Amino acid sequence: MKNIRKTSTAALTTAVAGTLLLAACGGGGGSAPDDGTTVLTVGLFGTFGYEELGLFDRYEAEHPGITITYESTQGEDKYWPALQTRLASGSGVADVQGIEVARIADVVANQQDLWTDLRNTAAAPSIDGYVEWKEPAATTADGAVLGLGTDIGPMGICYRSDLLAQAGLPTDPAALSARLTSWDDYVALGTEYRAAAPAGSAWMDSAGGFYNAIISTEQEIYYDATGNLVHESNPAVRSAFDTAAAAGQAGLTARLEQFVDPGWDAGFASGSFATIACPSWMIGYIKGKAGDAGSGLWNVTTLPGGAGGNWGGAYLGIPASSEHVEEAAELIAWLTAPEQQAEVFASVGNFPSTTAAIAMVGDATDPWFNGAPIGQIFSDSSTNAPVQILGPEDGVIKSAMVQALLSVEANGVTPADAWNSALADVNNQVG
Amino acid sequence: MPTTLRPAPGVRTPPRAGTPWRTRLFQVEERTAPYAYIAPFFLLFAAFGLFPLVYTAWISLHSYKLGSDMEWLGLDNYTWLLSNPEFYNALWKTVTIGVLSTVPQLAIALGLAHLLNYRMRGRTFFRVSMIMPYATSVAAAALVFAQLFGRDAGAVNWLLGIVGVDAVDWRNGDWTAQVAISVIVIWRWTGYNALIYLAGMQSISQDLYEAAALDGASRWQQFRHVTLPGLRPTILFTIVVSTIGASQLFGEPLIFGGGKPDGGALGQYQTLGLFMYQQGWTYGSLGRAATVAWVTFLLIIVLVLVNTRLAKRRASK
Repeated sequence: MKNIRKTSTAALTTAVAGTLLLAACGGGGGSAPDDGTTVLTVGLFGTFGYEELGLFDRYEAEHPGITITYESTQGEDKYWPALQTRLASGSGVADVQGIEVARIADVVANQQDLWTDLRNTAAAPSIDGYVEWKEPAATTADGAVLGLGTDIGPMGICYRSDLLAQAGLPTDPAALSARLTSWDDYVALGTEYRAAAPAGSAWMDSAGGFYNAIISTEQEIYYDATGNLVHESNPAVRSAFDTAAAAGQAGLTARLEQFVDPGWDAGFASGSFATIACPSWMIGYIKGKAGDAGSGLWNVTTLPGGAGGNWGGAYLGIPASSEHVEEAAELIAWLTAPEQQAEVFASVGNFPSTTAAIAMVGDATDPWFNGAPIGQIFSDSSTNAPVQILGPEDGVIKSAMVQALLSVEANGVTPADAWNSALADVNNQVG
Repeated sequence: MPTTLRPAPGVRTPPRAGTPWRTRLFQVEERTAPYAYIAPFFLLFAAFGLFPLVYTAWISLHSYKLGSDMEWLGLDNYTWLLSNPEFYNALWKTVTIGVLSTVPQLAIALGLAHLLNYRMRGRTFFRVSMIMPYATSVAAAALVFAQLFGRDAGAVNWLLGIVGVDAVDWRNGDWTAQVAISVIVIWRWTGYNALIYLAGMQSISQDLYEAAALDGASRWQQFRHVTLPGLRPTILFTIVVSTIGASQLFGEPLIFGGGKPDGGALGQYQTLGLFMYQQGWTYGSLGRAATVAWVTFLLIIVLVLVNTRLAKRRASK
C-alpha cells in the first residue's frame, strides 16, 4: 500500500511537471549571448545569393558585435505559410525575412501591423534609387514602406542552340530575335521546330510557363488599378491563356510542370525542350540543373518583339516583433545596396532592382551561356517592362490558370473547358 | 476544565493506527490509484488530442485567414465544403486509392505471412526484412517511386519499353497516377501487415495443421480451412487500421505530386489530406482546412462503426 501511494504521487508529480514543462516551452524565446554581440537572424527562401557569395561573413567582419544566423527554405510555397503562422503567433520569426513579389500586395494590404515601417529606421535612405515600380509596390496607403527591394525578374528567352541547329533554325541570338517579333512568331517557329526536331524534344517546357511569360509582360493582369478583380474580363488574360493552350494542344510543349515535375529539372540537361522564357533569376537555376556538361549549349535572347516583362523578384522586410530593428535595418540596407546587388547578379543571376546597380551590370556577359550579353538583355527588358498592378490573390489565380493549362496539354481537356474550370476554381476559392 | 476533554462538535478524533479511518483511506486510495496511473496519458491526450479537436471545431465555424483575425461564420464553411465539387472529387479519390492500395496490400500480406509461417532456411532473415519498407521514411520512398514512375527517364517506363509498351505519363493520367501511388503504399505497408498476420498465425495451434495434413489437406486447403478462420479477428483489425490509414493518405501523393497539394491538373490524385493541406497552407484558409479536418474525422468514425458492425454480424453468424 505504501508503495502504491508513493508511485501514485510520483505519477501525479510527473504529470504535473510535464505539463509545466510544456507550458514553459510555449513561452520560451531566444536567448541573447552575454558577451555584447547582437545575433541577427535571417530567414529566406530559395537562392538570394548572400550566403553563396559570403556576404554575411563579410558583413560580420566589417561590423564587430554582429553575428548573423541564416536559414533558407527551398520552396517559397512552403516558406510563406510557415512564416505566416509564426507572424500570427508572434514567435519564431527572424529579424530579417524575405518577401516574394507575389506576396507583397497581400503584405501591404493586410499585414501593415506585422512589419516594420522602414521610413523610421536606418534603412530609410535606401528607399530611393529603385526602378520606378519596385518600392511603391511595398508601400501602404499611409506611405509606410514594408520592404527593401532585392532583385527583379526581367525576362528573356533561353534556348538550346545545339537543338535549334539540328532543327535548322537560327542559333545566333540576333538572328533568332529577328525571327521573333511577337508571341505568335514564337509559336510559329515552334511549329517549324517540331517538324524537324530531334526525337523527344519539344519546343518549350510547358503551357503554364508559356502563359506566365506572356502575362508577365502585361500591365493589368488580375486586378485593375482600383483593386477590383478583373481576371475574368481582362482580354489580356484570356488571350494569354488561349495562346498557351493552343501551343499545348499543338504538341509544342514537353508537358513538364515548372518547379514541380522532376522531369522539368532533368529536361535542362537532357533536352526535352529547346526553349524557355526565363526570368533572370532562372539563369542560375538552369546552370545548376544542366551542370558543367551544359556549358555552351544554352544561349539567351530577348523576348519576342523586344518586349519587357517582370516575373518574380523579392523584398527584405523586418517583422514588427524583431528586437533588433535598427541593426536589422542596417543589414538590409547593406545587402540591398547597389554594389551588393551587382555582385549577386554576377554570381547567381538575380537581376538588381536599383538603377545604380543596373548601370553597373549593363555590360555583363555569361560564358556558360555562350557569352550571351545577359546584362544588356535583362536591362532592356526591365526598362521596357510595364508597371504591373499586383493584387493579394495573384498567386491563387496564377496557380489555377497553370493547372488548367496542364490539363489541356496532358489530359486532353479542351481549352474552353479548362478556362471554365480555372474560373470555377478561382471563384470557389476567392469568391 | 472537564469540558475541554470532550471533543468539540464537528472536530474529528485524531486517527490512531489500525482504526477504521485508516482502512477507509486505503480503500479510497485503492479506488483512486488506477486513475492516477492513467492520468498522464489522459492529461497528455487532453492537451494534444482533445483540445486540438475541440479547437479545430471552433476554428471551422470561423473565417480564419492565416495572419488575420477570426471572424464568426457559423456553418458557412460546411455549406461551402458540402457544395464543393472538389471536396467530392477528393473524397472519391481517397476511396479509390484506398481500395487500390488496401485490397492488394492485405491479400499479398496474407499470402506472405502464410509462406513465412512454414519452416524454412533463413526464416528469421525473411521475417525481419519484411519490416524494412515500413522503417523507410515516407518521403524517401515516395521520392524514389516518383523517379521510378517518371515519364521520360523512369525505370518503369523503361521496363515497359522493353516489352514494347509506349511510355506512360504516370503523373498526369487519372488511373495511372492512382496506381503509382497505391504501389508506394503497398510497398510500404505489406510487410508490416504480413508480420501482424504472422503473429496471428502463431497463435493457431500447430496440431490443427498436422491433423489437416494427416487428413491429406493440401497447403491451400490448410490455408483456407485452418488459417483463415483462425485469423479472422486479426484480419478485421488490419482492415480497420488500413482503412483509417487510407482515409488519411497524405505524404505519398504530396511527394508524388512534387510537393504540391493539387493532386494533378484535374485533381486526379488529390486525397482529402491533400485537399485540407491545400486549403490551409496554399490558400491560408485555416477555417476551411479545419472544416475538412472535422468532416474527415466524422467520416472515419462512421467507417470504423460500419467496420465493427460488419465484424459483429459475421462473428455472430
